Amino acid sequence: MDILSLSAVELGKKIKAGEISAMEATQATLAQIEKEEPRIHGYVTVDAQGALKQAEEIQGKIERGELTGPLAGVPAAIKDNICIKGRLTTCSSKILSNYKPTYTAEAVEHLQDAGAIILGKTNMDEFAMGSTTETSYFGPTMNPHNVGHVPGGSSGGSCAAVAARECYYSLGSDTGGSIRQPSSFCGVVGLKPTYGTVSRYGLVAYGSSLDQIGPITKNVEDCAAVLTAIASWDKKDSTSVKREDYDFMGSLKADVKGLRVGIPADYFTEGLNKEVAEAIRAAANVLKEQGAVVEEFNLSLVKYAIPAYYVIASAEASSNLERFDGVKYGYRAKDYEGLHNMYKKTRSEGFGAEVKRRIMLGSFVLSSGYYDAYYLKALRTKALIKAAFDKAFENYDIILAPAAPTTAPELGKSLGDPLKMYLSDIYTVSVNLAGLPGLSIPVGKDEKGLPIGMQLIGDHFQEKTLLRAAYTYERVTGKEAR
Amino acid sequence: MSKQYETVIGLEVHIELATKTKIFCGCSTEFGGAPNVHTCPVCTGMPGSLPVLNKQVVDHALAIGLATNCHITRVCKFDRKNYFYPDNPQNYQISQLYLPIARDGWVEIETGGVKKKVRIHEMHMEEDAGKLVHDEWDDTSLVDYNRSGVPLVEIVSEPDMRSAEEVIAYLEKLRHIVQYLGASDCKLQEGSMRADVNLSVREIGSDAFGTRTEMKNLNSFKAITHAIEGERERQIELLEEGKQVVQETRRWDDNKESSHAMRSKEDAKDYRYFPEPDLVPVMIDDEWIARVKAREPEFRTAKLARYQKEYGISQVDAEILTESRNMAELFEAATALCKKPKKVANWLMVETMRLMKEHDMEPQDLRFSPENLAGLIEMTDKGTVNSSVAKEVFEHVFLENVDPQAYVKEHGLATVNDEDALRKTLEEVIAANPQAVADYKGGKEKALGALVGQTMKAMKGKANPGRINELLREML
Repeated sequence: MDILSLSAVELGKKIKAGEISAMEATQATLAQIEKEEPRIHGYVTVDAQGALKQAEEIQGKIERGELTGPLAGVPAAIKDNICIKGRLTTCSSKILSNYKPTYTAEAVEHLQDAGAIILGKTNMDEFAMGSTTETSYFGPTMNPHNVGHVPGGSSGGSCAAVAARECYYSLGSDTGGSIRQPSSFCGVVGLKPTYGTVSRYGLVAYGSSLDQIGPITKNVEDCAAVLTAIASWDKKDSTSVKREDYDFMGSLKADVKGLRVGIPADYFTEGLNKEVAEAIRAAANVLKEQGAVVEEFNLSLVKYAIPAYYVIASAEASSNLERFDGVKYGYRAKDYEGLHNMYKKTRSEGFGAEVKRRIMLGSFVLSSGYYDAYYLKALRTKALIKAAFDKAFENYDIILAPAAPTTAPELGKSLGDPLKMYLSDIYTVSVNLAGLPGLSIPVGKDEKGLPIGMQLIGDHFQEKTLLRAAYTYERVTGKEAR
Repeated sequence: MSKQYETVIGLEVHIELATKTKIFCGCSTEFGGAPNVHTCPVCTGMPGSLPVLNKQVVDHALAIGLATNCHITRVCKFDRKNYFYPDNPQNYQISQLYLPIARDGWVEIETGGVKKKVRIHEMHMEEDAGKLVHDEWDDTSLVDYNRSGVPLVEIVSEPDMRSAEEVIAYLEKLRHIVQYLGASDCKLQEGSMRADVNLSVREIGSDAFGTRTEMKNLNSFKAITHAIEGERERQIELLEEGKQVVQETRRWDDNKESSHAMRSKEDAKDYRYFPEPDLVPVMIDDEWIARVKAREPEFRTAKLARYQKEYGISQVDAEILTESRNMAELFEAATALCKKPKKVANWLMVETMRLMKEHDMEPQDLRFSPENLAGLIEMTDKGTVNSSVAKEVFEHVFLENVDPQAYVKEHGLATVNDEDALRKTLEEVIAANPQAVADYKGGKEKALGALVGQTMKAMKGKANPGRINELLREML
C-alpha cells in the first residue's frame, strides 16, 4: 500500500483502525517532502522534529480514545500567512522573515484540536498578493504537474504541496481567488467558504472584507472534513457569522437530480482558453447527465469585478500593511537617520515590488479628493455585483464557471505585465466581493498535461450544495488527486 | 487698538471612558503598572489580530450623547484613521468619521448669571494610543502600549464660545455630566479629559469667521485660560499689523506660558479615512436607548435647584455638595435618614473636606456610609457625645466606616451624664485650683474656662462642657 496515495479521511480511518500509525504517516510525508522540495519548493519552513513529536503525542491520544475525529494523526500544511505560536510566519515577505507570532490562529487551533500534525508553513505570493506564487521573497513554487509552470497563487505552496503529496491537506487563504485558482492549476480541490464561516483571527490580513481561510485537499470528502474542523463562530472575529450547521460531511451524496445549475454565458468570451472552455462544458454535461438542470444565463457586470476588487483589496491592504514598520517586530533596516528614515528604509527594503504597487494603489484611492471617485464607487460596484448574484440565485442553486481563463502559465511569464495578471482573476474576484462560497475541482487536463479546474459558486451558506455537486462529479468521473 | 474684536472658540474634548477593559480587547485599562503588562496581540497591533468592540464603551458614549441632547446614530460605524507613529501600533487609529455615534446636541452653560447654549457638532468613539518614553542617555525611544486601546470619546463643539470663562463653564458642564454618568473621572491633570482649543478672532459685528488656529497640550483650566488670552492677543496683533493669521496647529508650553506652531494646514496629514472592515456596524435600538435613559441620574443642575428649594441649602453650599455625584448622594442619603440637611451639609463640607485634603482623596474615594454619618449626627444631637469626641469618632467613620455607636461604646467615649460623679470631680477641681476660683469670684470670667478645661481633662473629655459650665457657676 502506498501511504501517500491515501486521502486524508482514508488515512485517518487507517490510523484509527491501527493499520498505520501517525508516526509512519508523518515519516512517509517528511520523506516525500525531502524528495520533492528541491523540485517543488512548496514550503517556506518544514518542522520535521516538531512534526515527529506531534505524531507521537497524537498517536497516544488516538490510542487512549481521546482523539476520534476523521483527521486525527493526519499530516497537514498551513499557508505562511496563518499564525502559529512560536513558529515562523513570514507571509513570504522579507519584512516578516524573522517573525514568530505570540499566538495561534483560531482555524489552526481547531485543526490541532482535531489531531492534525502540522508539518510546516507553505510558500505564497508575498502577503497573498499575486496569482503565481512568484512574488514570494523566498523564490517561486513550481507546479508539480510541470515544474516549468507556476502553481498559481497566492496559495501556490499549499496547493503544490497537496498535489505533490507533501501533505494530506493544507490551509490556504482566498481574497480574490487565492485558493480556487491555484487549486485549479494544481489539480486539487479548494474551497473558499462564505465570508464569516472560518475565523480570520490569526490570518495576516490582506483585504479584510474579502479574506477567508479554506481547505485545499485531494478530494471532496477531505474538503468537507477539513471545513467541518475549521469552521466556527468565533467571538474574536467580529465578522464571524454564527451558522446553523457546522457538519459538512452530511452533504456527501452523489445526487444532483433537479439541481438547478446556471452557467454565465458572459464568462465564455474571447479571453477564455478554448481547452478550458471545452473542459468546463464537458463537466457541466456530466452533472446534466446525472439529472441536474443546466442552462446558460447572463450574470452581467462581469467586466467591473476586476477594477472594483483591486480598488477595495488594495485600499484595505494599504492600511493593513501599515503595521509593518520596523518598530515592533519583523525586519528593520540596518542604517537609518531618525524615525521617518527608519520607516522609509525598512519598508522600501522589506516589501517586494507587487506589494509596494498595491500599497501605492490603495493609498491613492483612499486619498482625500479621490476617495469618492474610486473607493466609494468600488463599494457601490461591489453592492451591484452582489445584487447580480442574488438575482442569479433566485433561478439557480449553483453557478458553474471556470476557475481561471487558462491553465498554469509558464514560470517567469506573468509578473512583467501586472495588468494582464490581474485580469486573469476575472472568474474568482466577484465571489469574494459578494462574500459567496466558491469551490474549485479538477475536471481535466490540457494538451500539455496541465490541470483544468471547474468553479462551483453557491449562495451564502450553501457550501453543502457545492460539496454535493462536486462529490457527484468526482464519484461519476473518478477524477481525484492521488 | 482701534477696532473691537470678538474671540470665537470651539473645543475638541477627549474623554477617557471608565471601563474595566480596553475598547477592542480584554486587556485592563488600569493606570500604571510596568510597561506593556496590560497588552495582548490586539492592542500591540500583532499581525492577524482583530478588534472586538467593548459594548460598555457604546453604553457610556450613548449615555453622554443622550445627556448632551444629541441625535443618536442608530447604525453607527467605525473608520480607520491612517497615520504613522510608533505609539499607534497598527499605524491606524480606529475612530469614527462618517457615522459617529452622536450628532447635533447642546449643553447649557451659565457665566455671570447669563445662560447660553453651546452646540455640540458631534461625538465619536475611538481608541487611545500608547506612550513613547525617550531615553536621553541611550538616544533611543521606547514605547509602552498599556494605554493603547483605552476607550475615548471625542466631543466636538460648534464655535459657540466667546471667552475663556465660557470655555471653562462648558468644560465644567461636560465634566459634571460625564462624572455623574459614571462614564469617566474627567481629570484634566491626569489626561482623562483633554481639550484642544480652536480659536479665531473677528471684528465685532462681523458674520464671517476669521482664520482659526488649534491649540494642543492644555493640561489645566489655568493653561486653557492663559492660552486663550495669549492666542487672542497674538491674532489681534497680527491683524492690527495688517498680517494674516495662518491656519495651523500650535502647542502650548506650560513652562513658558506661550504657544508655538507645530504644523500648518499645508502639511496637514491626509488620514485616508475609510470604513473599518474588521468591525460590524453598531445597531442602537429603542430598547437600548430606553435602558440608558432609565439609568440616567439626576444631574447637577437639577440638584442645585432642588437643594436650595427642598433643603434650604444656599447656592454656594449646594455647589460644593454637588461637585461630585458621590458627595451629593451621600448628602441625600444621610439627610433622608436623620432629616437634618444643614447638619449633614456641615459635616460634609467641613470635616469631610478637611480629611479628604489631609488624605489626598477625591470625592469618588469616599467609602463611609450615610447610615454612619446620620448615626453620628443623632448621637451629637442627643448629647451622647460632645462635639470634640464626635470629630474624633468621625475620623474613624471617614477612614474605616465604623459604626459610631459601636465605636463609642467600645472605646468608652460616651459623655458622662452621671451628676454625682461630675459633682465629685468638680469639688476636686475647685479644691485644687484656689487661685482660679479666686480670680473668677473676683470677676474674671476667663478663669471659669480654665476650670472647665481642668474638669474635662479629669473626665478624659467625656463630659458635656455645657453642663460643667452650669454646675460650676452653681457651685461657686
